[in-house]
Amino acid sequence: MDIFLKLFEGVLGFAEPDSWKMIIMWIIGGTLIYLAIKKEMEPTLLLPIGFGAILMNFPNTGIAGPLETLYNAGIAYELFPLILFIGIGAMIDFGPLLNNPKLMLFGAAAQFGIFFTLCMASMFFPEAKDYASISIIGAADGPTSIVVANALKSNYVAAITVAAYSYMALVPIIQPPVIRALTTKEERRIRMAYKQTSVSKTTKILFPIIISIVACIFVPDAASLIGFLMFGNLIRECGVLDSLSDTAQKVLANLVTIFLGITIAFNMTAAKFLNLETLLIMGLGLIAFIFDTAGGVLFAKLYNVLAKIFKWERINPMIGAAGISAFPMAGRIVHKMALEEDNQNFILMHSIGVNVSGQIASVIAGTLVLGFFL
Amino acid sequence: MENLVWNPGQFIYNLKYMGVGMLGVFIIVGIIIAATYATNKITNNLAKRRREREESRD
Repeated sequence: MDIFLKLFEGVLGFAEPDSWKMIIMWIIGGTLIYLAIKKEMEPTLLLPIGFGAILMNFPNTGIAGPLETLYNAGIAYELFPLILFIGIGAMIDFGPLLNNPKLMLFGAAAQFGIFFTLCMASMFFPEAKDYASISIIGAADGPTSIVVANALKSNYVAAITVAAYSYMALVPIIQPPVIRALTTKEERRIRMAYKQTSVSKTTKILFPIIISIVACIFVPDAASLIGFLMFGNLIRECGVLDSLSDTAQKVLANLVTIFLGITIAFNMTAAKFLNLETLLIMGLGLIAFIFDTAGGVLFAKLYNVLAKIFKWERINPMIGAAGISAFPMAGRIVHKMALEEDNQNFILMHSIGVNVSGQIASVIAGTLVLGFFL
Repeated sequence: MENLVWNPGQFIYNLKYMGVGMLGVFIIVGIIIAATYATNKITNNLAKRRREREESRD
């Protein structure tokens, strides 16, 4: 009899109450896989998360053991997001930003959605660790979301991570209507000349070192995230570590992404994921992205008001929307929208400059939130 | 559902974090911008001096 029960323990597990919720999780996992493969929405993360969600929702499999080990090593100790940041830093070219450093102001403005969502989420979630963590979806940055939610010991790490990565993939759908609603056609057609000034190799090497020092002094909580990001960038820019830079950009980033994706699924059990809170988190994540976009665009419009008074050159306010940290998608979307309005208006270098500054600003904003609530 | 509340007063209470947070982001970004401009200026001046020295040597 015992042998018989052992043989069919997987099937008998479905006799448990609420086992129907596992089926819903399979559908959610399958939807994420479909979005990853068919719609090519952030496939590097959504596919492993979706598949892991399916695996985690079968009874008596024992898969939670290995995933828990990976989770404790890689996410609880923040190892995976930090190592991934090395790869991301190695991929980023700060040249357009170094050419025009004031673009960083628009990257800063585009973090407004984080703080607005913090206020919104606090109306629904009683614990500060939860509403602060939910607000970090607005950072539009997976590693930052994971690090902050984990450090604050939020109850909703899985939902926050899935929301962050899903909305990053949906940026091409979310941003354009918001940008059009906040700008006029005439504003969207503003041309911005790209003045190439000489950015020396020394500057490109010193920049990651200086940013790391500034972070360590003024935002010590951000030192690990910014430090690893800038380390990756230094490997890229130093010019003597091409093989390491190549490895960081490709092999390292891909390897960590594989483990990160499937490990996030550790928290995607029906009991933890299928509740009204998850739905609310998804809604708040959307609000975060919308208000990030709005914050950047409105700040750019404010800049233009000042430009009129002080006789500066006007900017295309759409570049404010590129300050969202979804790199390089947000920068490309803004450039594409500019070309749609005027096929001779090439603002890619400006929008990418703002986009990379958003990567830095989102980490600063995220760690400030961490500092407020830790 | 039991983990959710409805407390609209919290929105107003947490506005202070919005104010301080955005100000903090702008201040730190401002420091980074200033450091970047300074670095650009110094490295460009050094490169210019190196070029002038090489030209005078020629």
